Amino acid sequence: MPRILTLLALLALPLAGARAETIMVSNEKDNSITVLDGATLKPVRTVKVGERPRGIVLSQDGRFLYVCAGDSDRVDVVDTTSWKVVRHLPSGSDPERAALHPDGRRLYVANEDDNLVTVVDVERGVVLQEIPVGVEPEGMGLSPDGRYVVNTSETTNMAHVIDTGSGKIIANILVGARPRYALWQPDGKRFWVSSEIGGTLSLISAEDWKVVAQVGFSIPGVPREAIQPVGMAFSRDAGKLFVALGPANRVAVVDVATREVQRMLLVGQRVWNLALSADGTRLYTTNGVSNDLSVLDIEAMRVTRSVPVGQSPWGVVVKP
Amino acid sequence: MAVLRPFGRRALWAAALLAAAPPGLGRAEEAPPLRIGYLALKVPRPLPASLVEPPPKDEGVQGARLGLQDNATTGRFTGQRFALEERRAEAAEEVMPALREMLGQGLRLVVADLPADLLLQAAAEPGAVLLNIGAPDDALRNESCRRNLFHVLPSRAMLTDALAQYLAVKRWRTLFLAAGPGPGDQLYAEAMRRAAKKFGLRIVLDKPWTHDPGAQRTDTGHMSIAAEAARFTQGAPAYDVLVVADEADDWGDSLAWRTTDPRPVAGTQGLTPTLWSPVHEQWGATQLQRRFRAQAGRAMTPLDHAAWLALRTIGEAAVRSHSTDPGAVADYLRSPQFEVAGFKGAKLSFRDWDNQLRQPILLAGPRSLVSVSPQPGFQHRTSELDTLGADRPETQCRAS
Repeated sequence: MPRILTLLALLALPLAGARAETIMVSNEKDNSITVLDGATLKPVRTVKVGERPRGIVLSQDGRFLYVCAGDSDRVDVVDTTSWKVVRHLPSGSDPERAALHPDGRRLYVANEDDNLVTVVDVERGVVLQEIPVGVEPEGMGLSPDGRYVVNTSETTNMAHVIDTGSGKIIANILVGARPRYALWQPDGKRFWVSSEIGGTLSLISAEDWKVVAQVGFSIPGVPREAIQPVGMAFSRDAGKLFVALGPANRVAVVDVATREVQRMLLVGQRVWNLALSADGTRLYTTNGVSNDLSVLDIEAMRVTRSVPVGQSPWGVVVKP
Repeated sequence: MAVLRPFGRRALWAAALLAAAPPGLGRAEEAPPLRIGYLALKVPRPLPASLVEPPPKDEGVQGARLGLQDNATTGRFTGQRFALEERRAEAAEEVMPALREMLGQGLRLVVADLPADLLLQAAAEPGAVLLNIGAPDDALRNESCRRNLFHVLPSRAMLTDALAQYLAVKRWRTLFLAAGPGPGDQLYAEAMRRAAKKFGLRIVLDKPWTHDPGAQRTDTGHMSIAAEAARFTQGAPAYDVLVVADEADDWGDSLAWRTTDPRPVAGTQGLTPTLWSPVHEQWGATQLQRRFRAQAGRAMTPLDHAAWLALRTIGEAAVRSHSTDPGAVADYLRSPQFEVAGFKGAKLSFRDWDNQLRQPILLAGPRSLVSVSPQPGFQHRTSELDTLGADRPETQCRAS
């Protein structure tokens, strides 16, 4: 029956992207990466890595996953075909989060207990530079053109803008307390910083490095102190910003143009980091206390699945 | 002049740190450093009842040094520099001369690990702004409050309220209160009585502990302690929890596991309400615990944490007010804009009615974090943190 076939084809189409993809989650307390199949949303394998894996980054071609193994003081390179750790990269002490330059070679690593950003050449496996930043560096956001990398320091409460050409800090911007994550808009004109304890987002302009707007959150029945913005991700058209609110167990949906908080979506406990599916229809969230991954249907604006992963899931990336 | 024993090696270290700080990028590059005083009275104490955790000789000041370092790192980016002047008095009469010497050198902000009476004397010195890290006395937050005296450590009322909230949530509502003979023990017990009333708990037996714990370390000492604990708890009316008030850490641990009825121990030992504990690792606390251990070679105690927090409080006020002028920094502490992060999942700020830093209180066991108060469900108009300790309507402070 042609009609049924068409219907099936229509049903299959929007799911195709999500179905083909692979989801990777770092488990902070398990020293492992859980690999999930995007079609079935089932864990297909667990890759053992170094101790206390948190930040994870995929190479541009998707062949390698870079894993910040904080307690092992190194970055592990996982081959996403053989699912083996094929190399260790030097990272400086206690790497927490990293960002890969568009050149595919320079990995910018935040060394949480050393007040440094370490620049690592992932091909040669050598440290190119160490850049002193504030206390407890964490957030790492590369501008789309690769010209700037923004690091946030949690106890200094600043966003440090590093010129990737000179390797020098060119601006320091005070933001709300305990900044955790920096995310550039795809147009490269502005970036967002989430402040966990301040409970706010700061929007910073790349023209003059000034805070142009702040966004706060309130949820009826949830103590103000429990609203702790951490991970962020844009919708595919960059019109919406998703913000993980930590122990508030919710993801906020912020309209980027009006900066209004449009929705609060209930997910698992202590939601930490976010990743968009390749086709932009789903948002994956790591929930550190409930040890699962929530799957948010963006069209429906609700959680459709909750998938158990390892202990204290932290980072999440999607390989198309 | 009284003999002062500064922490000599570290005084040099602080000076070296200052000199080595690379030039900043900010506007205030040429501004003089903000000099912060650290004044502690450390009277040599007898051996504690337990040798498992001997009180470190550098307790407190190690936290201040870490706080200074955190401030210095931040200051590189704002062009601000900080210096710590450490003074340690070993007798009460050395305290005021040491303070006057620091004030004479132009210092204004002084982190004070002093008992309440000396703290009040110190606060009477013109120009001094004190950050209290050693005296939990409720009187200092009420009838004896001072405008120039900020309290970084929680009051006894905050601690006992935190415990009482947890007991109320667990529905462990009847208490046996055992208070030691020390003045601090008596005040702790008084705070516990008030907390019990406030949160609907009932003290069914209120009994002084008078036994000398000295026998514990002798051979068969455990037998005499066990016999004493059994005598002490025999014939008590039915109760849920034994609350001990033993601030000197002499005998509180002698009751756990030895009571006639099988009951948990809480208070100054057992399940303990505290501003900090080595067992705490949430909200990034792991990072602070590690940084501290790397520097000091031991775990961070509540006093170390209070000292670290006092330095960070000053540093945060300096950075946000763009000033290293002590007067401007003190003004910013009082302003509604002030907030500081303390690794307990909430922003901390000073209550404008009594200069007390509002903060979550940990409920810690010896090896694990049991809970954090305020407990969910204790509501407050403005901040749930204000369900702990003297709230605005109750305060007896008239100075702030």
